[in-house]
Amino acid sequence: MTVLSIIEEKQMKTEGIPVFGPGDTVRVHVKVIEGGKERVQAFEGVVIKRRGSGTGETFTVRRVTNGVGVERTFLLHSPRIDRIEVRRRGKVRRARLFYLRDRIGSKTTRIKDASRR
Amino acid sequence: MTTVFSEEGQAIPVTVIAAGPCTVTQLRTIERDGYRAVQLGFEDYPTPRRREGGNVPRGRAGHRAKGQPNRPTRVRFEKIGIPPKRVLQEFALTGEKDVAVRMEIKVADLFKVGDRVKVQGTSKGRGFAGVIRRHHFHGQPASHGSKIHRKPASIGDTNPARVIKGKRMPGHMGNEKVTVRNLQVVEVDAERNLLLVRGAVPGARGGLLRIERD
Repeated sequence: MTVLSIIEEKQMKTEGIPVFGPGDTVRVHVKVIEGGKERVQAFEGVVIKRRGSGTGETFTVRRVTNGVGVERTFLLHSPRIDRIEVRRRGKVRRARLFYLRDRIGSKTTRIKDASRR
Repeated sequence: MTTVFSEEGQAIPVTVIAAGPCTVTQLRTIERDGYRAVQLGFEDYPTPRRREGGNVPRGRAGHRAKGQPNRPTRVRFEKIGIPPKRVLQEFALTGEKDVAVRMEIKVADLFKVGDRVKVQGTSKGRGFAGVIRRHHFHGQPASHGSKIHRKPASIGDTNPARVIKGKRMPGHMGNEKVTVRNLQVVEVDAERNLLLVRGAVPGARGGLLRIERD
Protein backbone atom coordinates (compact mmCIF):
# COMPACT_ATOMS: atom_id res chain seq x y z
CA MET A 1 0.00 0.00 0.00
CA THR A 2 1.33 3.40 -0.88
CA VAL A 3 1.80 6.16 1.64
CA LEU A 4 -0.80 8.27 -0.09
CA SER A 5 -3.50 5.63 0.13
CA ILE A 6 -2.88 5.17 3.86
CA ILE A 7 -3.47 8.86 4.42
CA GLU A 8 -6.54 8.90 2.22
CA GLU A 9 -8.15 5.83 3.67
CA LYS A 10 -8.27 7.37 7.12
CA GLN A 11 -10.27 10.26 5.70
CA MET A 12 -12.74 8.25 3.72
CA LYS A 13 -16.16 7.15 4.83
CA THR A 14 -16.40 3.43 5.27
CA GLU A 15 -20.16 3.25 5.44
CA GLY A 16 -23.21 5.31 4.64
CA ILE A 17 -22.47 5.75 0.97
CA PRO A 18 -25.05 3.93 -1.13
CA VAL A 19 -24.31 2.62 -4.59
CA PHE A 20 -25.45 5.28 -7.02
CA GLY A 21 -24.46 6.76 -10.33
CA PRO A 22 -25.50 9.09 -13.13
CA GLY A 23 -29.24 9.07 -13.79
CA ASP A 24 -30.21 8.20 -10.26
CA THR A 25 -32.33 10.61 -8.28
CA VAL A 26 -30.81 11.22 -4.86
CA ARG A 27 -31.56 13.24 -1.79
CA VAL A 28 -28.41 14.64 -0.20
CA HIS A 29 -28.62 15.65 3.43
CA VAL A 30 -26.05 18.37 4.03
CA LYS A 31 -25.02 19.81 7.35
CA VAL A 32 -25.15 23.59 7.25
CA ILE A 33 -23.99 25.98 9.92
CA GLU A 34 -26.30 28.95 10.21
CA GLY A 35 -25.84 31.57 12.89
CA GLY A 36 -23.76 29.29 15.03
CA LYS A 37 -26.29 26.50 14.82
CA GLU A 38 -25.96 23.34 12.82
CA ARG A 39 -28.84 21.85 10.94
CA VAL A 40 -29.40 19.42 8.12
CA GLN A 41 -30.61 20.59 4.74
CA ALA A 42 -31.66 18.34 1.89
CA PHE A 43 -30.98 18.76 -1.79
CA GLU A 44 -32.77 16.45 -4.18
CA GLY A 45 -32.10 15.97 -7.85
CA VAL A 46 -30.61 13.87 -10.60
CA VAL A 47 -26.97 12.81 -10.44
CA ILE A 48 -25.43 14.06 -13.66
CA LYS A 49 -21.82 13.17 -13.01
CA ARG A 50 -19.46 11.38 -10.71
CA ARG A 51 -15.74 11.88 -10.89
CA GLY A 52 -12.45 11.27 -9.12
CA SER A 53 -11.29 8.70 -6.65
CA GLY A 54 -10.11 8.62 -3.07
CA THR A 55 -10.90 11.51 -0.77
CA GLY A 56 -11.38 13.86 -3.71
CA GLU A 57 -14.29 11.97 -5.29
CA THR A 58 -17.24 14.22 -6.14
CA PHE A 59 -20.71 13.97 -7.62
CA THR A 60 -22.97 16.60 -9.12
CA VAL A 61 -26.72 16.78 -8.53
CA ARG A 62 -29.02 18.79 -10.78
CA ARG A 63 -32.50 19.98 -10.05
CA VAL A 64 -34.80 22.57 -11.58
CA THR A 65 -36.54 24.94 -9.18
CA ASN A 66 -38.89 27.66 -10.41
CA GLY A 67 -37.60 27.15 -13.92
CA VAL A 68 -34.01 27.73 -12.84
CA GLY A 69 -31.53 24.91 -13.09
CA VAL A 70 -29.46 24.42 -9.97
CA GLU A 71 -26.44 22.15 -9.85
CA ARG A 72 -24.50 21.36 -6.74
CA THR A 73 -21.28 19.42 -6.58
CA PHE A 74 -20.54 17.53 -3.37
CA LEU A 75 -17.41 15.89 -2.07
CA LEU A 76 -18.51 12.30 -1.58
CA HIS A 77 -16.43 11.78 1.55
CA SER A 78 -17.03 15.17 3.08
CA PRO A 79 -18.05 15.03 6.74
CA ARG A 80 -20.52 17.82 5.94
CA ILE A 81 -22.65 15.32 4.09
CA ASP A 82 -24.89 13.71 6.61
CA ARG A 83 -26.32 11.02 4.40
CA ILE A 84 -27.29 10.23 0.84
CA GLU A 85 -30.63 8.71 0.00
CA VAL A 86 -31.32 7.09 -3.35
CA ARG A 87 -34.88 7.94 -4.34
CA ARG A 88 -35.05 6.45 -7.80
CA ARG A 89 -32.79 4.47 -10.06
CA GLY A 90 -32.50 5.80 -13.56
CA LYS A 91 -31.48 4.07 -16.73
CA VAL A 92 -29.08 6.17 -18.76
CA ARG A 93 -26.66 5.45 -21.56
CA ARG A 94 -23.88 7.82 -20.70
CA ALA A 95 -21.73 8.73 -17.74
CA ARG A 96 -22.18 12.50 -18.01
CA LEU A 97 -25.73 13.76 -18.34
CA PHE A 98 -24.85 17.26 -19.50
CA TYR A 99 -27.50 17.06 -22.21
CA LEU A 100 -30.09 17.67 -19.49
CA ARG A 101 -28.88 21.26 -19.26
CA ASP A 102 -30.13 22.01 -22.76
CA ARG A 103 -33.53 20.46 -22.21
CA ILE A 104 -36.56 22.35 -20.99
CA GLY A 105 -39.69 20.84 -19.48
CA SER A 106 -40.45 17.76 -17.49
CA LYS A 107 -41.11 15.52 -20.49
CA THR A 108 -37.79 16.04 -22.19
CA THR A 109 -35.72 15.62 -19.08
CA ARG A 110 -37.40 12.39 -18.10
CA ILE A 111 -35.10 9.49 -17.29
CA LYS A 112 -36.24 5.90 -17.64
CA ASP A 113 -36.74 4.04 -14.42
CA ALA A 114 -34.41 1.16 -13.62
CA SER A 115 -35.39 0.27 -10.11
CA ARG A 116 -33.72 -3.11 -10.14
CA ARG A 117 -30.01 -3.00 -10.55
CA MET B 1 -1.12 15.83 -3.29
CA THR B 2 -4.34 14.72 -1.74
CA THR B 3 -7.27 16.01 0.28
CA VAL B 4 -7.90 15.71 3.99
CA PHE B 5 -10.84 17.03 5.97
CA SER B 6 -10.53 19.36 8.94
CA GLU B 7 -12.61 18.97 12.05
CA GLU B 8 -15.05 21.58 10.75
CA GLY B 9 -15.46 19.47 7.64
CA GLN B 10 -13.42 21.65 5.35
CA ALA B 11 -11.41 20.02 2.59
CA ILE B 12 -7.72 20.90 2.85
CA PRO B 13 -5.32 20.28 -0.04
CA VAL B 14 -2.17 18.70 1.36
CA THR B 15 1.16 17.34 0.23
CA VAL B 16 2.37 14.20 1.95
CA ILE B 17 6.10 14.33 2.66
CA ALA B 18 8.20 11.40 3.82
CA ALA B 19 10.25 13.45 6.27
CA GLY B 20 13.13 11.57 7.75
CA PRO B 21 14.24 9.96 9.92
CA CYS B 22 17.53 11.85 9.73
CA THR B 23 20.75 11.12 11.56
CA VAL B 24 23.17 13.71 12.89
CA THR B 25 26.39 13.10 10.97
CA GLN B 26 28.49 16.03 12.09
CA LEU B 27 28.44 19.05 14.35
CA ARG B 28 29.85 22.43 13.41
CA THR B 29 31.24 24.29 16.38
CA ILE B 30 32.36 27.85 16.86
CA GLU B 31 35.79 26.71 18.04
CA ARG B 32 36.53 24.63 14.99
CA ASP B 33 34.32 26.01 12.21
CA GLY B 34 33.41 29.49 13.36
CA TYR B 35 29.68 28.79 13.35
CA ARG B 36 27.18 26.41 14.86
CA ALA B 37 25.24 23.93 12.80
CA VAL B 38 24.18 20.33 12.55
CA GLN B 39 24.72 18.18 9.53
CA LEU B 40 21.88 15.77 8.95
CA GLY B 41 22.01 12.65 6.79
CA PHE B 42 18.94 11.23 5.09
CA GLU B 43 18.21 7.98 3.28
CA ASP B 44 20.42 4.89 3.28
CA TYR B 45 22.01 3.31 0.25
CA PRO B 46 20.42 0.01 -0.73
CA THR B 47 22.17 -3.05 0.67
CA PRO B 48 24.13 -4.61 -2.18
CA ARG B 49 22.23 -7.86 -1.87
CA ARG B 50 18.87 -6.15 -2.09
CA ARG B 51 19.83 -4.22 -5.18
CA GLU B 52 17.47 -5.23 -7.92
CA GLY B 53 17.90 -4.93 -11.64
CA GLY B 54 15.97 -2.44 -13.68
CA ASN B 55 14.79 0.99 -12.75
CA VAL B 56 12.56 1.84 -9.87
CA PRO B 57 9.71 3.91 -11.33
CA ARG B 58 10.11 7.63 -10.89
CA GLY B 59 7.85 9.20 -8.37
CA ARG B 60 8.00 6.29 -5.99
CA ALA B 61 9.72 6.77 -2.70
CA GLY B 62 13.14 5.29 -3.16
CA HIS B 63 13.44 5.75 -6.89
CA ARG B 64 16.89 7.10 -6.17
CA ALA B 65 17.71 3.82 -4.49
CA LYS B 66 20.47 2.57 -6.69
CA GLY B 67 24.21 2.88 -6.69
CA GLN B 68 26.66 2.47 -3.88
CA PRO B 69 28.74 4.95 -1.90
CA ASN B 70 32.29 5.48 -3.08
CA ARG B 71 35.19 4.69 -0.80
CA PRO B 72 35.70 8.15 0.76
CA THR B 73 32.01 8.30 1.65
CA ARG B 74 32.04 4.78 3.03
CA VAL B 75 35.11 5.34 5.18
CA ARG B 76 33.77 8.60 6.49
CA PHE B 77 30.58 6.96 7.68
CA GLU B 78 32.47 3.99 9.09
CA LYS B 79 34.32 6.41 11.32
CA ILE B 80 31.04 7.91 12.51
CA GLY B 81 29.71 4.42 13.00
CA ILE B 82 26.47 4.65 11.02
CA PRO B 83 25.43 3.35 7.58
CA PRO B 84 26.25 5.81 4.77
CA LYS B 85 23.58 8.38 3.95
CA ARG B 86 22.77 9.64 0.46
CA VAL B 87 21.85 13.18 1.30
CA LEU B 88 23.68 15.52 3.65
CA GLN B 89 22.40 18.94 4.61
CA GLU B 90 23.52 21.46 7.17
CA PHE B 91 21.09 23.32 9.39
CA ALA B 92 21.95 26.31 11.54
CA LEU B 93 21.78 25.80 15.30
CA THR B 94 20.38 28.54 17.45
CA GLY B 95 20.25 28.45 21.21
CA GLU B 96 21.16 25.53 23.39
CA LYS B 97 20.05 22.30 21.91
CA ASP B 98 20.81 18.80 22.93
CA VAL B 99 22.29 17.26 19.82
CA ALA B 100 25.06 14.75 19.34
CA VAL B 101 26.51 12.84 16.43
CA ARG B 102 24.63 9.60 15.63
CA MET B 103 21.47 10.98 17.16
CA GLU B 104 18.35 10.17 15.17
CA ILE B 105 15.97 13.00 14.47
CA LYS B 106 12.36 12.34 13.55
CA VAL B 107 9.57 14.55 12.23
CA ALA B 108 7.73 14.65 15.51
CA ASP B 109 10.85 16.00 17.27
CA LEU B 110 10.84 19.12 15.15
CA PHE B 111 7.36 19.86 13.89
CA LYS B 112 3.91 19.91 15.32
CA VAL B 113 0.49 20.61 13.87
CA GLY B 114 -0.02 24.30 13.14
CA ASP B 115 3.67 25.12 12.69
CA ARG B 116 4.78 27.15 9.72
CA VAL B 117 7.57 25.64 7.66
CA LYS B 118 9.86 26.60 4.83
CA VAL B 119 10.25 23.99 2.12
CA GLN B 120 12.96 24.01 -0.53
CA GLY B 121 13.19 21.74 -3.51
CA THR B 122 14.25 21.51 -7.13
CA SER B 123 11.45 22.50 -9.46
CA LYS B 124 10.43 20.32 -12.38
CA GLY B 125 12.62 20.97 -15.43
CA ARG B 126 10.77 22.55 -18.35
CA GLY B 127 13.65 22.60 -20.81
CA PHE B 128 14.07 25.54 -23.18
CA ALA B 129 10.85 27.47 -22.74
CA GLY B 130 9.46 30.42 -24.67
CA VAL B 131 8.57 33.74 -23.25
CA ILE B 132 4.86 33.03 -22.77
CA ARG B 133 5.43 29.91 -20.72
CA ARG B 134 8.47 31.22 -18.91
CA HIS B 135 7.52 34.79 -18.11
CA HIS B 136 3.77 34.83 -18.76
CA PHE B 137 4.01 37.27 -21.67
CA HIS B 138 0.76 37.86 -23.50
CA GLY B 139 1.82 37.01 -27.03
CA GLN B 140 0.26 38.41 -30.16
CA PRO B 141 -3.02 37.80 -32.01
CA ALA B 142 -3.52 34.36 -33.48
CA SER B 143 -5.26 35.76 -36.56
CA HIS B 144 -6.32 39.06 -38.22
CA GLY B 145 -3.19 39.03 -40.34
CA SER B 146 -0.83 38.76 -37.45
CA LYS B 147 2.40 37.19 -38.54
CA ILE B 148 3.87 36.70 -35.10
CA HIS B 149 2.13 34.77 -32.33
CA ARG B 150 4.31 33.66 -29.45
CA LYS B 151 7.44 35.73 -29.93
CA PRO B 152 8.80 38.24 -27.42
CA ALA B 153 8.70 40.99 -30.11
CA SER B 154 10.61 44.18 -29.33
CA ILE B 155 13.35 43.78 -26.76
CA GLY B 156 14.18 47.43 -26.27
CA ASP B 157 14.56 50.99 -27.53
CA THR B 158 16.89 52.40 -30.16
CA ASN B 159 18.15 54.88 -27.62
CA PRO B 160 20.38 52.79 -25.42
CA ALA B 161 20.94 50.71 -28.58
CA ARG B 162 21.63 47.69 -26.43
CA VAL B 163 19.62 45.16 -24.53
CA ILE B 164 19.12 45.95 -20.87
CA LYS B 165 20.55 43.38 -18.48
CA GLY B 166 17.99 41.03 -17.02
CA LYS B 167 15.65 41.40 -20.02
CA ARG B 168 13.24 38.50 -19.87
CA MET B 169 13.80 36.18 -22.80
CA PRO B 170 13.32 32.55 -23.76
CA GLY B 171 15.65 30.07 -22.13
CA HIS B 172 15.96 27.23 -19.70
CA MET B 173 13.11 26.99 -17.24
CA GLY B 174 12.70 24.94 -14.11
CA ASN B 175 15.18 22.53 -12.53
CA GLU B 176 16.24 25.20 -10.08
CA LYS B 177 16.01 25.65 -6.36
CA VAL B 178 12.62 26.97 -5.31
CA THR B 179 11.65 28.02 -1.80
CA VAL B 180 8.11 28.06 -0.50
CA ARG B 181 7.63 29.70 2.87
CA ASN B 182 4.88 29.81 5.42
CA LEU B 183 3.42 26.40 4.69
CA GLN B 184 1.15 25.16 7.43
CA VAL B 185 1.72 21.74 9.01
CA VAL B 186 -1.62 19.94 8.92
CA GLU B 187 -0.62 16.59 10.36
CA VAL B 188 2.44 14.86 11.74
CA ASP B 189 2.61 11.07 11.59
CA ALA B 190 5.34 10.18 14.06
CA GLU B 191 5.04 6.49 13.38
CA ARG B 192 5.57 6.64 9.63
CA ASN B 193 7.62 9.83 9.69
CA LEU B 194 5.17 11.67 7.49
CA LEU B 195 4.56 15.37 7.34
CA LEU B 196 1.36 16.75 5.85
CA VAL B 197 1.69 20.29 4.67
CA ARG B 198 -1.05 22.53 3.33
CA GLY B 199 -0.61 23.35 -0.33
CA ALA B 200 1.92 22.44 -2.99
CA VAL B 201 5.63 21.93 -2.71
CA PRO B 202 8.32 22.41 -5.40
CA GLY B 203 9.48 19.59 -7.62
CA ALA B 204 8.38 16.24 -8.93
CA ARG B 205 6.93 13.39 -6.92
CA GLY B 206 9.62 11.57 -5.05
CA GLY B 207 11.89 14.62 -5.22
CA LEU B 208 14.12 15.71 -2.38
CA LEU B 209 13.06 18.51 -0.07
CA ARG B 210 14.68 20.53 2.65
CA ILE B 211 12.26 21.47 5.41
CA GLU B 212 12.90 24.06 8.10
CA ARG B 213 10.88 25.97 10.62
CA ASP B 214 9.83 29.28 9.20
